[in-house]
Amino acid sequence: MSLLIESAMVLLVLTNLTLLGLSRLRSCIRVVAVQGIVLGLLPLAAHADDLAPRIILLAGGTVALKGFVFPWMLLRALRVANVRHEVEPIVGYTLSIVIGIAGFGMSLWVGSRLTIPGAAAPPLVLPVALFTILVGLFVIVSRRKALTQVLGYLVLENGMYAFGIVLVGEIPMLVELGVLLDVFVAVLVMGIAIYHISREYDHIDVDELDALRG
Amino acid sequence: MNLLLFGITLLVAGGSAALLARRSSWLGAGSAVLGCAAGLIGAVRALAAGASESWRLAWEIPGGSFAVELDALSAFFLIPILGLSALAAIYGVGYLDSWRGKKALGPVWFFTNTLIASMAMVVIARNGLLFLVAWEVMALASFFLVGFEHEKPAVREAAWVYFVAGHFGTAFLIVFFLLLGREAGSLDFEGFDRVAPAMSAPLFLMALVGFGTKAGFMPLHVWLPDAHPAAPSHVSALMSGVMIKTGIYGLVRALTFLGAPPPWWGWTLIGVGLVSGVLGVLFALAQHDLKRLLAYHSVENIGIIALGAGVGVLGQAAGSPALAFFGWAGALLHVVNHALFKGLLFLGAGSVLHATGTREMDHLGGLLKRMPVTGVTFLIGAAAISGLPPLNGFVSEFLILLGAFSGACSKSASTAVPVLVTIGGLALISGLAAACFTKAFGVVFLGEPRGEHAHHAHEAGLAMRIPMVLLAAACFAVGLLAPAVLRFMAPAVKQVSGVDFAGSPSSRPAIAWGAAAFLTVVGGLALVRRRLLAGRTVGETVTWDCGYARPGPRMQYTSSSFAQPLTDLFATFLRTRRTQSPPSGYFPRNASYATETPDVCREGLFRNAFLGGAWVLGKLGWLQQGRVHLYVLYIALTLLALLMWSLR
Repeated sequence: MSLLIESAMVLLVLTNLTLLGLSRLRSCIRVVAVQGIVLGLLPLAAHADDLAPRIILLAGGTVALKGFVFPWMLLRALRVANVRHEVEPIVGYTLSIVIGIAGFGMSLWVGSRLTIPGAAAPPLVLPVALFTILVGLFVIVSRRKALTQVLGYLVLENGMYAFGIVLVGEIPMLVELGVLLDVFVAVLVMGIAIYHISREYDHIDVDELDALRG
Repeated sequence: MNLLLFGITLLVAGGSAALLARRSSWLGAGSAVLGCAAGLIGAVRALAAGASESWRLAWEIPGGSFAVELDALSAFFLIPILGLSALAAIYGVGYLDSWRGKKALGPVWFFTNTLIASMAMVVIARNGLLFLVAWEVMALASFFLVGFEHEKPAVREAAWVYFVAGHFGTAFLIVFFLLLGREAGSLDFEGFDRVAPAMSAPLFLMALVGFGTKAGFMPLHVWLPDAHPAAPSHVSALMSGVMIKTGIYGLVRALTFLGAPPPWWGWTLIGVGLVSGVLGVLFALAQHDLKRLLAYHSVENIGIIALGAGVGVLGQAAGSPALAFFGWAGALLHVVNHALFKGLLFLGAGSVLHATGTREMDHLGGLLKRMPVTGVTFLIGAAAISGLPPLNGFVSEFLILLGAFSGACSKSASTAVPVLVTIGGLALISGLAAACFTKAFGVVFLGEPRGEHAHHAHEAGLAMRIPMVLLAAACFAVGLLAPAVLRFMAPAVKQVSGVDFAGSPSSRPAIAWGAAAFLTVVGGLALVRRRLLAGRTVGETVTWDCGYARPGPRMQYTSSSFAQPLTDLFATFLRTRRTQSPPSGYFPRNASYATETPDVCREGLFRNAFLGGAWVLGKLGWLQQGRVHLYVLYIALTLLALLMWSLR
């Protein structure tokens, strides 16, 4: 069981680093989809001994949403928005990966210092969850396109999801569904917003949207 | 208690219904009158019985509970709040009539009823959170009412100034209640009297600033002279008559938590009262906008209340029952009295505004003949606010003076000196107030019309006249029935001052006898005049001739020229701006003269403070780049730094 979780964690780290190094938007969306599927299967791995129907349902829902629905919506937005399919990073790909690795080191340090009360978590989970959150934030900060911002939020949410699903274990189903629903609505709204922004301004470059500052 | 809660529910329900209804005025005002009447019966009963009733409901919010109580102090404040509100609602029906069809009146009634209900809730709330919620609802409702004529830029500015000032005060109150809650372990008022003595001084200052902003103590009063003129007149009457009194209520309630007061609290209150009273009336003297003048008089009267409270606190600190009783009795009675006569005066000013379309006193004149009911009731209010017997203003000021004189004979200088200052200050305030209202009444109602506005004035409608007549009658009633009123309010005074009414000095009935004698003499003189004039013809001529061949209305005293001797005397404080081009040459033409007296605190103190704040914050403008990336980066860096800091 622990082996399953740890290989999932390694997969998460790898998808995160891949995301930082990829240049094409389409590939980025696919990587995030893979990450979502891995995460969706995580509850099954964490509770392999007693597979309650609600856990199976949750896993199925997560895989369907994160692995297929969100990527499909984002790919559609990308197709409709009709923009260049480059990521156009503010921070270069190589430097991004280096920063990502530094962030992973920091997450390991924080994970060693941070003690979570009342949960005997597998050792890698906490740092990886933190790392995923950091990568999500970094993607939001360092990439220009509105679509990459959506990807950043998704990765950020993935990190929190990993954190909760393994460590706390017994989150009420309602809360989990609520979180999923939130993200679903957020992606939907952002997808529509991206479409409209690109139609109005002929680009989805967030840098150009600073006309509102005081 | 049940009646009161029923009344509050009725107010809220009626207000919400008025929002949707077509004939919103009748619905809103009707529910306001019924709700206030129900609450009033409950409050009067509670004060007469002298017992307190409480009621409590659990509330989902942490630290909050729906705890309400109707004790003597709450009941005492509820009486003017609900009484004046009911009258103002009746007046509002007539006053708002001229806007019908031009503006949506549903929201006005919604906010008016919400304001009344929230004021009642503020007074009966017994939980810090509930109190703050009611307090903020009150501030918001009155903010929207001030902004009624929001299409005028001056009104919008007044509303924003009020909004900012309200939040400034509430910030202090939040800290005040949190500190109390930390000391007591819960936000319920019950445990608040267990405060450690070391904490009571900062808590007192916090309450003084927080509640003082709403009440309008002098450096914090800046919102008052703008907001009161901007609001519709019946709302001005509510805000000035009773809403600012919730600040006084809060301060009094806070003092009951904080244990035995040290003498310097009394000195502070007397100092604040003196500054507010004297400067308030001086600025009133320099105004030529009728409602702005009345707004400054609110500052003055809040000052008088603070003087009374200061005398009372000093008496408590010095262990002198007479000082404590008379100080507090005067302060509390002045709360009611100010609600009566200031409500009356604002309603009168509203009638003038309604009839002439201007608040500028120098365009008015001669209105007494055209609007006799408004004129006579305004005169009664003016006499009452100037503290003239036999009206109610005299009684409360007399009580404060009575207390002060009893303290002036005390041997310790720490009591005698502030008390003597109070006596002098109160005399100066009353004198200046009399001068100011001579000016206001004389310029607006006597003489000849100064412009087109005043020529076509007409008396206000019945809905507007009835509240004014009732309020004027109440001014007389409180003045003449002073001993009975004092006995009635004794439980409230006892709760605040800790002194029972039992030891009754003999001078109190004498007030009423003196007043009755005065009225008899006046009535007798009127009869004699009637007898003497009975068989003769009475002619009328121009009011003011002065030997000119062709006297015109423009030759009358204006409001500024009438007040000039006094404003010149106090020019150091007032800093009146004059723009003049005096007549020159043998055949002068095109001379002009204009004065403007902006608020010194606002111009000198707050403008600079806010400009300084804007300058400092402007230096941080480079942080705002307008890029989402950067904002997320700020958030991420802050979170990371906090995480690292907590794990170090």
